[in-house]
Amino acid sequence: MATVTYRQALRDTLRAEMLRDEDVFVMGEEIGVFEGSYKITEGLLKEFGPRRVRDTPIAEEGFVGAAIGAAMLGLRPVVEIMTINFSLLALDQIVNHAAKIYGMFGGQCSVPMVIRTPGGGGQQLGATHSQNVELFYSFIPGLKVLAPSTPAEASAMLKAAIRDDDPVLFLENLALYNTRGELPDEVAPAEIGRAAVTRTGTDITIVAYSRMAHVAAEVAERLAGEGVSAEVVDLRSLRPLDRETVVESVRRTGCAVIAEDDWLTYGIGAEIAATIQEGAFDWLDAPVRRVAMAEVPLPYSKPLELAALPSADSLVTAVRDTLRATGRR
Amino acid sequence: MSEILMPRLSDTMEEGVVSSWHKKPGDKVSAGDALVDIETDKALMEYEAYEDGVLGEILVAEGGSATIGTPIAVLVTDGSAPAAAPAEAPAQAPAANGTPVRTEPAAPAAEVPAARNGRSRPPSSPLARRIARENGVDLTTLTGSGPGGRIIRADVEAATLQTAVLSTQAVVPPAPPSAPPAATAPAEAARPQDADTEQVPLSRIRKVTARRLAESMRTAPHFYLTRVVDVEELLAFRATLNTALAPAKVSVNDLIVKACATALRANPVLNVSFTEEALLVHKRVHIGVAVALEEGLVVPVIRDADRKSVSQLGAETRELAGRAREQRLTPQEMSGGTFTVSNLGMFGVDAFTAVINPPEAAILAVGATRKDVVFRDGEVIPRDRMTLTLSIDHRACDGATGAAFLGQLTDLLENPFRIVA
Repeated sequence: MATVTYRQALRDTLRAEMLRDEDVFVMGEEIGVFEGSYKITEGLLKEFGPRRVRDTPIAEEGFVGAAIGAAMLGLRPVVEIMTINFSLLALDQIVNHAAKIYGMFGGQCSVPMVIRTPGGGGQQLGATHSQNVELFYSFIPGLKVLAPSTPAEASAMLKAAIRDDDPVLFLENLALYNTRGELPDEVAPAEIGRAAVTRTGTDITIVAYSRMAHVAAEVAERLAGEGVSAEVVDLRSLRPLDRETVVESVRRTGCAVIAEDDWLTYGIGAEIAATIQEGAFDWLDAPVRRVAMAEVPLPYSKPLELAALPSADSLVTAVRDTLRATGRR
Repeated sequence: MSEILMPRLSDTMEEGVVSSWHKKPGDKVSAGDALVDIETDKALMEYEAYEDGVLGEILVAEGGSATIGTPIAVLVTDGSAPAAAPAEAPAQAPAANGTPVRTEPAAPAAEVPAARNGRSRPPSSPLARRIARENGVDLTTLTGSGPGGRIIRADVEAATLQTAVLSTQAVVPPAPPSAPPAATAPAEAARPQDADTEQVPLSRIRKVTARRLAESMRTAPHFYLTRVVDVEELLAFRATLNTALAPAKVSVNDLIVKACATALRANPVLNVSFTEEALLVHKRVHIGVAVALEEGLVVPVIRDADRKSVSQLGAETRELAGRAREQRLTPQEMSGGTFTVSNLGMFGVDAFTAVINPPEAAILAVGATRKDVVFRDGEVIPRDRMTLTLSIDHRACDGATGAAFLGQLTDLLENPFRIVA
């Protein structure tokens, strides 16, 4: 058991998977010689050579398409797209090809590939480089979309993603790379599509994922000091979505607040809210609330950017309001 | 139009004082705006508007107080439910679109709001509706303490918690044959009428009592611990107190309630609730005192009984019991108990066993005080004694633990100075 950063957990897992399986290779912009914009592929070129650590041109549609072809022929490419914002250039390849090939060709071949890509705001990267567009991919049948929040989960889920026979979008949040956590010496691949109750509570359920799972944990801790017992559900997987865990939790607590790191309208939170009312209607004592990003292109200015992002304070307010509505504050 | 009701801002709050209004009549109000500062028993809290509109009449001026759920102002709203709302439209549209409005004059909150979708019912959460369905509670009889008067779980549970009854079998002499059959037989009574039997419709309290206690006996394995307590000292102590406190008075029951609270504070083994997931250990001691009414039993709750003086506790008990007899107890005053005392001593009952009042884990049944013959130091002497019977939910606590608690309670009652020490 060691304490490592999220970044280190990803790098060590990539290396371990490449050692384990000859067919696993990595490709992307600046991942070889430069060792990755966020240093996830540090040392891999030196260790595995240019055949398995491939620098690509700045042409997302091209290299994602190439990875799909490689996957169809039996390799297991792990593509790094520098940020999720640039994945938009490969949208056609991901949505119209990677996601559909298995079904359209009657299951004759799979597309066992992973696209790793970070996103998220708060880094002063401007509106076009600070988005979380996980929704675009979570919407598409045929894709799997994972969003781990801790080093241990990142490791277990990246293993599962690489070994899975379907295309997996593996979403990392820039704010998580330097976070630390325990990493067991032996990490088993995660079961894809399982949420986790990361903190049990009786008063209210907070549903979150990725960076917001950390915010939710912080808020639950803060509220515990006020005698509020908040349960936190970390979705971990956006597709498939673990509806049961969410619904079961809300049936226990009677109310829910969803914290998401993207825009409110049509967002992930909307899907969770719908899931809750379908599965836990008779257990709801208050309307389901959502806490999300302000509906603006994210500002570059630091204070404006922070004001637009969902925060612990805005989540605390939503939780308090919900509890007040159920007569428990 | 909708009413802004005095919110429940804390568990123990029973009424709030309007400290200051942030808006004046005629001001535009948006959901989320700070509307009014409410002073509770604990703190000054800002209360936000839950819907958009224009503030109408202020019913409780600054400095005025109101009990939870009573209107403190009127909000004039213009949003209304979509005209073509399907019959199954949710009771609450998202706040962002304006909550469907209860069109009603600024009437007392107890009045049922006007029709929505052609049906007349107060707003209520799905959870509240389900619990009401399962417990046969009529929502139209409740006052909602949620936003906009929404009936929430707490309100329904309070209404279903009004029971702690003795497990005695009522032996009812048959009514005289001349009694005509009651016109309003309960719906489920589909039995043939018999001239020797009169059908009396069940009151709501009777229905709830029946259901709750049957459930208690069905789900909680009761066991009973009986102990005879020497109360000679307790009676002398009470006489001393009453001389000192005159004209205020404390009753033996007040001392028993205080002793239970003190014992539970010292040894919280019975201050718990059993659930399938976990044992809930309550950090505060709220003692229910069973009060007999003609319609059935209600159990007003003395909150934080361990922190109140005997005289304060007695005054509160008498005030609550008085209002119980007038049926003017609020649901909050009848909910949240962690332990109940049921005393039939005044009816001359020597000893009895009581049915636990769910979700509590125990109930104390107190019998009458009797002069008994007692052996002490080789002598036979008369002493005042009473029989206590503790009913315990075996899921939550075991015999030896319960016996230890009963021992501590006995100790307090036999050395009454320690009750108030």
